Amino acid sequence: MNVLAPRRLGLFLLLAPAVLWLALLILLPHVEVGLLSLRERVGPGEFATSFKQYLTFFDEPLYWHTFVRTALMSVIVTVLALLLAFPVAWSIAKVARGRVRAMLMAGILLPFWASELVRMLGWLILLRGSGVIPQLLFWLGFTAEPVELLYHDATILVGLVYSSLLFMLVPLINALETLDDSLIEAAYDLGGNRLDILRRIVVPHAAPGIAAGCIMVFMLTLGNYLTPVILGGKNSMWFTEQIYTQFITRFNWEQGSAFAFLLLGLSSLLVWLGLKLTGQRFADSMRRT
Amino acid sequence: MFKQASKLSAGVMLVACALNANAADSVLRLLTWADYAPQAVVDQFKKETGITVEVTLSNNEEMISKLRATGGAGFDLANPSQDRITGPAREFGIYRPIDLSKVKTANFIPSMLSATEKVTGLNGKVYGLPLFWGTDGLVVNAAKSKAADYGDLCSAQYAGKTAVRLKRPTLIAQAFAMGKDPFKAYADPKAYEAIMTDAGNKLISCKKNLKYFWESKDQLLNDIRTGEVVAAQMWDAGGWKLNSENPTLKFVAPKSGALGWVDTFAIPAKAKNLDAAYKWINFITRPEIAAQVAKSAGSFTAVKGAENFMDAQMKKQLAESFPPAAMKNIKWYPAIPAGLEEIDGKVLDRVKAAS
Repeated sequence: MNVLAPRRLGLFLLLAPAVLWLALLILLPHVEVGLLSLRERVGPGEFATSFKQYLTFFDEPLYWHTFVRTALMSVIVTVLALLLAFPVAWSIAKVARGRVRAMLMAGILLPFWASELVRMLGWLILLRGSGVIPQLLFWLGFTAEPVELLYHDATILVGLVYSSLLFMLVPLINALETLDDSLIEAAYDLGGNRLDILRRIVVPHAAPGIAAGCIMVFMLTLGNYLTPVILGGKNSMWFTEQIYTQFITRFNWEQGSAFAFLLLGLSSLLVWLGLKLTGQRFADSMRRT
Repeated sequence: MFKQASKLSAGVMLVACALNANAADSVLRLLTWADYAPQAVVDQFKKETGITVEVTLSNNEEMISKLRATGGAGFDLANPSQDRITGPAREFGIYRPIDLSKVKTANFIPSMLSATEKVTGLNGKVYGLPLFWGTDGLVVNAAKSKAADYGDLCSAQYAGKTAVRLKRPTLIAQAFAMGKDPFKAYADPKAYEAIMTDAGNKLISCKKNLKYFWESKDQLLNDIRTGEVVAAQMWDAGGWKLNSENPTLKFVAPKSGALGWVDTFAIPAKAKNLDAAYKWINFITRPEIAAQVAKSAGSFTAVKGAENFMDAQMKKQLAESFPPAAMKNIKWYPAIPAGLEEIDGKVLDRVKAAS
C-alpha cells in the first residue's frame, strides 16, 4: 500500500510550512528572476533569449566597480563588527553575572526595537552639518566651522557596523558561553600567557560562532539597501541600489535580475571562500546561529 | 452538531464574501502623488457618492513599475505625468484609453485638454486628461545667491551649497542651459545620446560643487531653510511653499527656460471600478474642488474657472516667478519614446560613479 506510515506523515506535515515557504517564496521567484535575466528586449514587448544582461555587467566598468566596492566594504564591515563585538561578547558571556548580564543583553537588544529606518535617521540627525555632533565640535572649538560628517564612505561604514553588530554578538555570546572556565585556568596553570590562551583556546572554541556571525553580518551588509542610500552621499555606490534602480526607475527588469543573480553568486562564493580559508564547516557554524 | 457548525461557518463565509464584493464596488484605488488627494476632498467625495478612496502615494517611475508588475491591475486610477503615458502604454500595456463620453470635458481649459490629448494620444485614442501643471526651475536664497540659470548651480561661489536630483530632468535642464534642445532630439536617439552625454559630462565636472543629489523633498526644503543649501533645482510648488514662509527664498524661472510638466488622469488597463474612476475625475474637475486640491498640491490646474477660487498668494507667487516672457519660455515635456530612458540611465549612472 502506498500510504505513509503515521510517523512519516507527521514529519511531513511538520515540515510542510518550511517546504512551502522555501518553494513558493524562495525557489519559485528565483527561477522567475533567473529566466528574466536571460532575456533581451528586441522591440516593444518582444524579447529574445540572450546573455546580453550579463555581458553589460562586464562591459560597463561602473557596474563591476560598484560590485567590487560593495564586496570590499562588506568585508571591512564584517571585520570591524567582529573586532568590536568580541570584547563585548566576552564580557557578557564570561565576566558579567546575573542581573547585570540580563541588563547588558537587554541593552544590546533595545535599539533594535526601533526600525532600521528610524535608527538611520537618528544618525542623520547626529551627523548632518547643522546636527548635534558637528555643532558640538564647532562649539568646543575643535573645528573652525561645522563640518559635514554625512555622505562619506566612513559614514556608511559606521552605519553598517552599527546596524549589524547584534547579529555578530548573539552567535559569539552563544559560542563563548559554552567555553568551560576550567580550560582557561588549566592553561594558566600550565604557564600560558593571555595571548596564547586567546589564540589557542578561546578562538578555536568560538570559531564556529565567529564564522556564523561573520556569515550573517556579511550577508546582511551586502544586501543592505537602506543604510548606504540614507547615509551615503553623491559618490556612494551600493550594488543593491543598482538593482533597485534597474527595476524601479529604469524599468529594466532583465538587467536588474541579472544583477540580482550576480550578487547571489558573489555572496555564496565569498562565504564559501571564507569558510575554506578558516577551515570551518558550514554545518557547524549554522548550528551556532 | 458538526453539520450545523459547518453550515453556520459557510453562511458566515458567504456573507463575508458578499460584503467584500460590496465593499469593492464602493472603493476607488487611486495611485497618485502626495497632496493630490487631501483628506477633506476624499471625505466630501465619500459623502456625495458613498465611494471610499484608497490613496497610494507614488511618483512617476514607481507608478509605471507598480502597474507593470501587475499588468495594469491593482488600481482604478493614476496620476502620471503626461509624457510618461504613451511609452509605457505601448511597451507594457498598463493603461487603457479614456472614454471621453463619460468625462465632463467642459470642465477643462480647452487648450490644455487638447494639448494633453495630443501628447497622450496613441492609435487615435486618448490615454490622459490634464489635471495639474507645474515647472521645474531654481529655488534660490536671494540673500545669499544670485543664481539665474541651471548652469549657475555649478558656479564656484556656491561651492558645497547647491543641490540637484540625480534624475533625467537635471540632465535635460543642463542640456538646455548649454544651448541644446534635447526635446527636439527625442526622435533621434543618436543625437539625443550625444546631447545627454554632454550634459552628463557637465554634471560630472559640477559634481564637487554640489552638496548632494537630493532625494527627498523635505530634506532639501529643510536645508534651504537652514541656509545649508542656497540654490537648488526643484519644482515650483516647493519653492513657493518656502516663499510663503520666508520671502527671501524664491522660485526663479531659469533663463534657459523652466521645464513644464502636466500631471494627468490615466486609467490602468485592468482597473476594476471604472465607474468610480470617472466619478472621481468629474468630481475633482469641479472648479471649487480643483482649487481646493490645487492649494494642497501647490500647483495650478487645468480646470476651467478654478482660478476664481484660487489663493491670492499663489497667484502672486506665480506672477513673480513667471513674468510673461518666462511663461512663454517654459519647455514642455513631449511624450518620451520608449528606450530613451535607458540612455538617460546610463548617463546618470556614469555621473553617480564619477568622482
